[in-house]
Amino acid sequence: MSTRTLVSPLTLARPRGRAAYWTVFSGVVLLFALAFLFPVYWMVTGAMKSPDEVTRTPPTLVPHHWHLSGYIDAWDLMDLPTHLWNTVVQATGAWLLQLVFCTAAAYALSKLKPAFGKVILGGILATLMVPTQALVVPKYLTVADLPVLHTSLLNSPLGIWLPAVANAFNLYLLKRFFDQIPRDVLEAAEIDGAGRLRTLWSIVLPMSRPVLGVVSIFALVAVWQDFLWPLMVFSDTDKQPISVALVQLSQNIQLTVLIAAMVIASIPMVVMFLVFQRHIIAGISAGSTKG
Amino acid sequence: MKTASKPPAALPPAAVGVPEVPRSAGRRNGGTWRRRLADQSRAYAFLIGGLLCFALFSWYPAIRAVVIAFQKYTPGSGGEWVGTANFTRVFHDPEFTAAWRNTLTFTVLALAIGFAVPFVMALVLNELRHAKAFFRVVVYLPVMIPPVVSALLWKWFYDPGAGLANEVLRALHLPTSNWSNGADTALVSLVIVATWANLGGTVLIYLAALQSIPGELYEAAELDGANIWQRVRHVTIPQTRFIILMLMLLQIIATMQVFTEPFVITGGGPEDKTVTVLYLIYKYAFLYNDFGGACALSVMLLVLLGVFSALYLRLTRSEGEDA
Repeated sequence: MSTRTLVSPLTLARPRGRAAYWTVFSGVVLLFALAFLFPVYWMVTGAMKSPDEVTRTPPTLVPHHWHLSGYIDAWDLMDLPTHLWNTVVQATGAWLLQLVFCTAAAYALSKLKPAFGKVILGGILATLMVPTQALVVPKYLTVADLPVLHTSLLNSPLGIWLPAVANAFNLYLLKRFFDQIPRDVLEAAEIDGAGRLRTLWSIVLPMSRPVLGVVSIFALVAVWQDFLWPLMVFSDTDKQPISVALVQLSQNIQLTVLIAAMVIASIPMVVMFLVFQRHIIAGISAGSTKG
Repeated sequence: MKTASKPPAALPPAAVGVPEVPRSAGRRNGGTWRRRLADQSRAYAFLIGGLLCFALFSWYPAIRAVVIAFQKYTPGSGGEWVGTANFTRVFHDPEFTAAWRNTLTFTVLALAIGFAVPFVMALVLNELRHAKAFFRVVVYLPVMIPPVVSALLWKWFYDPGAGLANEVLRALHLPTSNWSNGADTALVSLVIVATWANLGGTVLIYLAALQSIPGELYEAAELDGANIWQRVRHVTIPQTRFIILMLMLLQIIATMQVFTEPFVITGGGPEDKTVTVLYLIYKYAFLYNDFGGACALSVMLLVLLGVFSALYLRLTRSEGEDA
C-alpha cells in the first residue's frame, strides 16, 4: 500500500508537507463535488421545484417547496413505464444473446479448432478496425431488409439484439480467457464422457465467471446508453427506448417534468454502477494496462 | 482414442485419405475422417450463431457501404450505378466543408482538454492517501449517466436565460456567454459536455497506469535533485507514454464519430457551426433520403478512422507481446 509515488512519504510527513497535502485534498474534494456531484444534485432537486421556481433568476439552491409532481407527471405524461420497459427488453435480450452466441463462438474458436478458424477470427478482429458509428447507415439498410429472408427488423427488438451479438471486443475477450483454460482440464472432462456442450456448461463457464461478469456489464451498459442506433431502428413512438423517447418528447414538455424524466432514466445505470462499482472500476483499470 | 496417444508421426494427414480436412484439424489426434467431420460440424454448431451475426451486421454492411457509395440508392428500388457522382455531389455541399471542419476542431479541442484534464486529475488523485474509493466513484459517475441525459442536462445549463452556466459567470462577475447558442462558442460548449461525460474512464485508466510506475524511479530522480515538475516530465510521462498514446488514438476514433451532443443540444446550429460528419451522414440518409451520399460520406469517415484504428490495434498487440 505504501508504494512510493511522485511525492515522497518523507516530504508529506513534514508539517509543511502535511499542510500542503490537506489543502490539496480539500481542494480536490470541493472540485469533484462541484464538477461531478453538483450537476446531479441540481437535476434531482430541479425536478422537485415548481415550474416557476426552476426558471427563476437567480436560481434557488434548495427548492422552496418540494414537489413530487414533476416525477409523477413524468411517469404518466411521458409514458415512462413503456419506454423503460422497452429499454429493459432491448438490453436484456442483447445481453442474453450476446452471452449465448459470443460464448459459444469464442469456445469454438478457442477449443474446438474449426476449419478456417483463424480466418474467421481474423475477420472478427478486423471489425474492430471499423468504427461502429460510421457503419450505421448500411447496417440500417441491412436491418430494414435482411438479405435472403427479405424481412425487416425495424421497430422490433431483434433489430437491437442481433447486431449486438456482432461484438468483436466481447468475443475476443471471451476467447482470450478461454485460451488460458488448460487443455488437460477439458480432456479430463471428455474422458469422463462429457460432450462439448456439457464441458462448456459445467467446466468452462463456471471457471469464466469474472470475464462473463465484465462482458455482461459492457453489454448492458452499451445498449442502455446507445442513442443513434435505436433512433434509426425505432420510428414507432411506443417501441422506443427511454433515450430516444426523452429526446423526442423534450421539445414540448414542461421543464420540471423533463428533468424528472431525465433523473428516472439515469437511475437504473447509476444504481447498477453503485452496486457493481468495484468490479466495473477494476475492469476498466485492468483492461487498459493489459490492452 | 480420446487420450493424448499420438498417431505415428510419419503418417501425414493426406495418407488417411481426407484431403478436404484442413491442416489445423489435423491436430486432433487419431481421428478418422468421419470423426473429424463430426468434430467440425460440432465446432460449427457452436460457431454458427455468432458467425451469422457478424456476417449480416458487420461484414456485409461494410462491403455494402462501399458498393452503395457508387450507386444511386433508395430502399426498395435497388441501386443504379453512378460512378463517383455521390462523392462529387457530397463534396460540393457547403455543409460538407463545415462538417469536416467542425469534426476536426471538435476532435482537436476534445484532445487538448480531454487529454490534459484527466491526466492532471489522475496525477493529483494518485498522490492522495484518503477517500480513494470516493474519488473513483464520483469521477466515473457522469460516465454512467446516459449520454442523452448528459446532453439534455447541459442544454438546460447552457440556457441563456435561466441556465446555470451563466448564473455561475454572473456570480463570479464575469461576462455571460451564449454558450451553445453562440456561433463562436457552440462547438466549445459541446466539447465541454463530452469531456464532462467521458473523462471518468480516462482518469481511471491513467490512474492504473500511474500505479504501475515503480517507486524507485521517483526515488532515484529525487536523489538526483529533480523537483516535482522534473519528476513528472522525466519519470511519469515517459513511463506512461504508451497509455497516453493509446488513449489519444482511442479518443480520436471516438470523438470523430460525435453525434448525440450536436443532435440533442444544438441540432447542428447555429447556422452550420456544429454539424458533424456523422450528423451529416444522418441527414443525408434520413432527411434527404440520399443513401448513396450517406454511404459516400461513411466510406470517407471509415477510411480515415480505419487508419487510426489499425494503429491502435498494432500498438495494443505489440504491447501485449512485450508484457
